Amino acid sequence: MLRYISKRLLYMLMSLFLIVTATFFLMRAAPGGPFSSEKQVPPEIEKNLNEYYGLDRPWYIQYVDYLVSVAKWDFGPSFKYKGQTVNDLINEGFPVSFFLGMESLFIAISVGILLGIIAALNHNKWQDYGAMVFAVLGISVPSFIMASVLQYFLAIKLGWFPVARWESLQHTVLPALALAATPTAFIARLTRSSMLEVLSNDYIRTAKAKGLSRRQITVKHAIRNAILPVVTYLGPLSAQILTGSFVIEKIFGIPGLGSHFVTSITNRDYTTIMGVTVFYSILLLLSVLLVDIAYGFIDPRIKLAGGKKGE
Amino acid sequence: MKKRSFMLLSFMLALSLFLSACGGFQKGNESAGEKGNKAADVPQELHVNIKTEPFSLNPGLANDSVSANVLYQTFEGLTRIKDGKPQLAMAESYEVSKDLKTYTFKLRDAKWSNGDPVTAQDFEYAWKWALDPKNQSQYAYQLYYVKNGQAFNEGKAKAEDVGVKAIDDKTLQVTLENPTPYFLELTAFYTYFPVNSKIAQKNPKWYANAGPDYTSNGPFKMTSWEHNNKIVLEKNENYWDAKNVKLTKIDMVMVNDNNTELSMFNNGELDWAGMPTGQLPTDSLPQLKKEGKLHIQPIASVYMFKFNTEKAPLNNVNIRKALAYAIDRKAIVENVTKGEQIPAMAVVPPTMFPENKKGYFKDNDVKKAKEYLQKGLQELGLKDVKDLPPITLSYNTDDAHAKIAQAVQDMWKKNLGIEVKLENAEWAVYIEKLHSGDYQIGRMGWSGDFNDPINFLELFRDKKGGNNDTNWENPQYKQLLIDSQKETDPEKRKELLKQAEAILMDEMPIAPVYFYTNTWVQKDNLKGVEVSGLGDVQFKWAYFE
Repeated sequence: MLRYISKRLLYMLMSLFLIVTATFFLMRAAPGGPFSSEKQVPPEIEKNLNEYYGLDRPWYIQYVDYLVSVAKWDFGPSFKYKGQTVNDLINEGFPVSFFLGMESLFIAISVGILLGIIAALNHNKWQDYGAMVFAVLGISVPSFIMASVLQYFLAIKLGWFPVARWESLQHTVLPALALAATPTAFIARLTRSSMLEVLSNDYIRTAKAKGLSRRQITVKHAIRNAILPVVTYLGPLSAQILTGSFVIEKIFGIPGLGSHFVTSITNRDYTTIMGVTVFYSILLLLSVLLVDIAYGFIDPRIKLAGGKKGE
Repeated sequence: MKKRSFMLLSFMLALSLFLSACGGFQKGNESAGEKGNKAADVPQELHVNIKTEPFSLNPGLANDSVSANVLYQTFEGLTRIKDGKPQLAMAESYEVSKDLKTYTFKLRDAKWSNGDPVTAQDFEYAWKWALDPKNQSQYAYQLYYVKNGQAFNEGKAKAEDVGVKAIDDKTLQVTLENPTPYFLELTAFYTYFPVNSKIAQKNPKWYANAGPDYTSNGPFKMTSWEHNNKIVLEKNENYWDAKNVKLTKIDMVMVNDNNTELSMFNNGELDWAGMPTGQLPTDSLPQLKKEGKLHIQPIASVYMFKFNTEKAPLNNVNIRKALAYAIDRKAIVENVTKGEQIPAMAVVPPTMFPENKKGYFKDNDVKKAKEYLQKGLQELGLKDVKDLPPITLSYNTDDAHAKIAQAVQDMWKKNLGIEVKLENAEWAVYIEKLHSGDYQIGRMGWSGDFNDPINFLELFRDKKGGNNDTNWENPQYKQLLIDSQKETDPEKRKELLKQAEAILMDEMPIAPVYFYTNTWVQKDNLKGVEVSGLGDVQFKWAYFE
């Protein structure tokens, strides 16, 4: 197990190195620079700026400098926001995205699994159809439309929640719902189909024959097995949801990390692009690793590779 | 049963963990509730949207409208613009030398928000700091009017040579390069604001956050700055004119979505939606106008197409004229942009030259355009317009620009028979292409930094350097602008500038399309907000009735 994890960590470092390198060169290859605007900066001032940010040095020195500062977890000053470093942006933005992400994950997992189970237990009855109509809607309606619809009905018409922004717990409800819609629907469908499969298995019939109650069968025997595909899906989902969604953060005016991910590219804010990309990559790689490890605990049938030979 | 309660318990545990992890929320303070009340007890708290995080709230570094919209509330220069005219602000009085090159300002007894007196040294320090090349101010060139400002910024002169000097605590002497008739407009601009030199010298990062070191000398002081989220301004009791400031608090939130902004306004979460701090969705404009809620104000800003005059066939003046004359500007303004913009047949906005509402030629003059086209084709040695290779029209990726480009493409095809290809690129790529001359026709918006036509004409003075992009240069035009810099009589100067504009509109290195307007909605009982012709906003005199 330990060997497996250390091996995986090594691979992670290698992928990270590749990501940093690719981003660095792709970014420099894009036309335009951080100081281009319709009001061109006089050449003398641009020279000063380039000197300050080290952009006048040859690319290989910039590249090596960059690798060193990434290793030190120091991403440098932001080009776009004077007086703030990229570390500040991440430190301020990530907790917000994380909180919002956790809230939507909580909604997605609890509502999704519940809906899936209800649908499966009432196979081909109205509850099943109802839940699946909801799921199809959740998957096919894009999140920005979902967000506007929620704003219109729950905020403007009913006045239950504020339209946008990030101030109190009440403010977090609408964006969390909008962000959770698609994963909820997805999890509901996953749970339903794997639940149906599990329910048709022999050991469920045995349990029924033993005279166990329906609730006991569902909770004790069915759910634990049915939940595996959901766990698989959770890895990439949590990485994606925790780093923030650009669309949701924009519509609701949330100061999270997701907006930096997109706007830094339009701004050619080199240091922010790199910092946010590295941060996101680490999060993604880690969450995939965690899911793989979690597998082993949930389903003893799955063995982690690299443990023993010749099975 | 046991298992179920366990699951429930773990869910609850997880939830309470999230909640406790983020206990740092502030209570939303809803000022709604007591709406119907009468004058005296109306809360004087304003909620506006500024869209994004400002670039910098150090006046010497700011170079964008978001920062400007905050700085105009918190700081104050020697003068302040009211009703389009500069009035004395930090300066109590001033004297000008005969050659209009030396200004001596007497400062009034004013204080910084922490109680320190505002001194002439604070001005000297701030201007020299912005000009100092090691501080990389991208707007340092706004101070090039001051003697040796440019030389110091380029490392060719020393700080002592710069023409700004504190004679004593309350007297500031400014020497200029040229007689600059609009200098009192400039001193209201944010790059000319003072900075509390006592603090700035001790803490070079004073401007990064709100706090005891962030002091300002304007009607409001910044009490909180949550980056990318919200700025809170409160009335500055130390402001010299505090008795005329009625707002007690301004919440500036950062929501970068036009539809959300309007929804927030409709829901009472904002008192103002739209320009100059935010923006309304274009689709909502006709409806808001019909309901009589829309406020419209022309501003000093022009939308134009630049011609690359070194690329055939745009090197031919008659072809350029044909293209410029064959645009139906009225149709664009009414059907595409919908914000009551003013069709532009000139380059200097009517807020500066009122007679430019009419302009130098007729809008949508297809007959003339066809004549110019024929003449141009002849000069190029072409028999028919079909022999003309397709022209590429470029714009930066944006829904509104795309719609305008399509309309113009259609007009040129229909009116002149010219084939036009459209091309769009993301902003940073696009601007690079324009600056390097890698385009045929490209859109551009241009707005004035201060209230003077030179803002718009200077653009095309030099072929290289600056923001010309058209590769056009004209010795006579250039001379007129140089002469205007030295002319001390305002009427004569205006005449020179008009002559220059006439040359520009005859040579047509650009085709102006429309003059921008600011459109917004505001609470009915909000009064006294000052939106200038340049599109800046000042809340100093604002109040709720």
